[in-house]
Amino acid sequence: MLVSGREDGPVLLLAHGFGCDLNMWRLVVPVLEERFKVVRFDHVGAGRSDPAAWDPERYATLAGYADDVLAICAEAELRDVVFVGHSVSAMIGVLAAIREPERFAGLVLLTPSPCYIDDGDYRGGFSRADIEELLDSLDSNYLGWSAAMAPVIMGNPERPELGEELTNSFCRTDPKMARVFAHTTFLSDNRADLAEVGTPTLVIQCRHDAIAPPEVGRFVHERIPGSRMVTLDATGHCPQLSAPEATAEAIVDFASRR
Amino acid sequence: MMCASGADPDGGGTGGGDGPPGGDVAVFAALLEDSAEDLYENAPCGYLSTLLDGTIVKVNATLTTWLGRSREELVGRRRFADLLTVGGRLYHETHFAPLLTMQGEIGGVALELKAADGTRLPVLVTSLVKTGGDGQPLLIRTTITDARDRRAYEVELMRAHREVDAERERLQRLATTLQRTLLPPTLSRVPGLEVAAYYHIASADRVGGDFYDLFPLADGRWAFFLGDVCGKGVAAAAVTSLVRYTLRAATVYDPDPVAVLRNLNTVLNHEYQGDDPRFCTVIFGLISPDPGSDGPGSGPLTPDALGCTIVLAAGGHPPALLLRADGGAEFRPTPGGQLVGVIPDAHFTTSTVRLEPGGTLLLYTDGLTEARVPGSMADRFGEEALFDFAAALAPAGARAAVDAVTDLLASFGAGLDDDAAILALGVPRRSAEEAAG
Repeated sequence: MLVSGREDGPVLLLAHGFGCDLNMWRLVVPVLEERFKVVRFDHVGAGRSDPAAWDPERYATLAGYADDVLAICAEAELRDVVFVGHSVSAMIGVLAAIREPERFAGLVLLTPSPCYIDDGDYRGGFSRADIEELLDSLDSNYLGWSAAMAPVIMGNPERPELGEELTNSFCRTDPKMARVFAHTTFLSDNRADLAEVGTPTLVIQCRHDAIAPPEVGRFVHERIPGSRMVTLDATGHCPQLSAPEATAEAIVDFASRR
Repeated sequence: MMCASGADPDGGGTGGGDGPPGGDVAVFAALLEDSAEDLYENAPCGYLSTLLDGTIVKVNATLTTWLGRSREELVGRRRFADLLTVGGRLYHETHFAPLLTMQGEIGGVALELKAADGTRLPVLVTSLVKTGGDGQPLLIRTTITDARDRRAYEVELMRAHREVDAERERLQRLATTLQRTLLPPTLSRVPGLEVAAYYHIASADRVGGDFYDLFPLADGRWAFFLGDVCGKGVAAAAVTSLVRYTLRAATVYDPDPVAVLRNLNTVLNHEYQGDDPRFCTVIFGLISPDPGSDGPGSGPLTPDALGCTIVLAAGGHPPALLLRADGGAEFRPTPGGQLVGVIPDAHFTTSTVRLEPGGTLLLYTDGLTEARVPGSMADRFGEEALFDFAAALAPAGARAAVDAVTDLLASFGAGLDDDAAILALGVPRRSAEEAAG
């Protein structure tokens, strides 16, 4: 967990999505720090989280991650939190805000999707077979990575040189944990939870997003009572990287009114 | 058959045509005329340039051929991610693109291209962000290499990997099941006694050689044993099984502790002769109700009992520890007891222990005393430290004693590299005594 910005400012809690870690926020954080107390963390199983905290059963549902968010809020005594959840963390925030509404002043759902898989009239954008294909993609890529990455993540002090040979210094994950997280992420269906959200909510989506297309963002917006929506003229699933200024502006604008 | 390198020593070039004909001007001219443009177009890998949002702006002929698409179909009309399978696109959005933005480059990523005719081509992708003079990112350059062979090899490797995992799991299940058959599933409840046990398994794949048991005799007395067969694994498990059932049968035949160990010694000597001797250490005990309460040697132990008498015999085993009711501890050795199964006429002696209310007898295998103390990898925990530990612990009931030793074992961490079995028997204090302190 990283805390930065104004100690006495309103709290922004930033939660990264599947595939990376808290480094995802690096381009928006400098702007957010000017006005807010910015709290970032790595989900268990990602980045520099403690491998000993990993539990495949607990993290087989998004509720396990939502429990962690609430635990972080309680531990750090965070109040009136504006939770910013990217990708799958948007739904983690939805679940956390339903569980403890008094903890949250606002929810920012960045490129959210309540359900990635097509179901009847609902277009999530993917089939179950597509998700299996992603898991294969993960396997073939971690094949090259795992040898160099796993020991670092597992804390292997006898072989420090491994740390320097990392292919990627960001977004480290243990392959086994990533696989479980992928399953949890892409096979969750939280459509029914959206109507339960009583926290003021902003949906931020991109004009072109292969993972959470605009109609999915609109679905989230329509189902969460009183929510607002901003569509950024950006491409990709990670506007905090591809359009950091516009993303930060939308977050600041929303959070300043809380 | 023969090595084809080097010039033809005769200079004649008798057929073949493989040897470089020295001074062939035409070849050099052809090499010199190989242009950068042609190298780009027909390189042995695909080249792709895209805008920062992935829109294709330039692509080489190699890649258009692989994809089975014309340049017009691609340039300005498609993004790099559109060339990938759906799973690959998900991977691209969640891993590839974020890392490329943050690092400015990313290499050796395995993806699959989807050609116009629906076929898939496994490739390795490397991308680099080209920046302008002011450091601002301008475009993304990507090279794509054919990885069909590598992928086939990886698929095989993954399959082998999964097979190994499955086999290991099967082995561990087998070892755990076998281990369980060597220990009582739950300790019998002995009237008037509190009993507790703990077994630390050092390795999930290898069956340990430690064992214990506690069982009633027909006349109301009880017997127990705890021991350690030399070695580990399947061979040791077979001996453990033999030892356990022999001890139970021998106890029925003649429950005198020395007789039980002598009979076990005879069986082991008969069973494992010659160059495959198998031996073990054992401590065996016979529990008799306290003569003071129910008369000498008669009647079962009852909760009213004032205590009990235990006759111990041991062969080559570390001494039992008595945690006294009034505090303090003492070893109860059985001097001269020899390893069981080594020589035909092994000698065993007995020691008699009075267990008062509040007293507890603690039995253990050398996994406990041989554990290495953290911080000083050379130092074994040892009997002396165990004695101090027990003395500080006493008085303690059987459950409390086993719990304390379990915590002690856990504190050794990696220093505990052998199996360890713990068995404790205690006479609970009567409530009146407890009330009196």
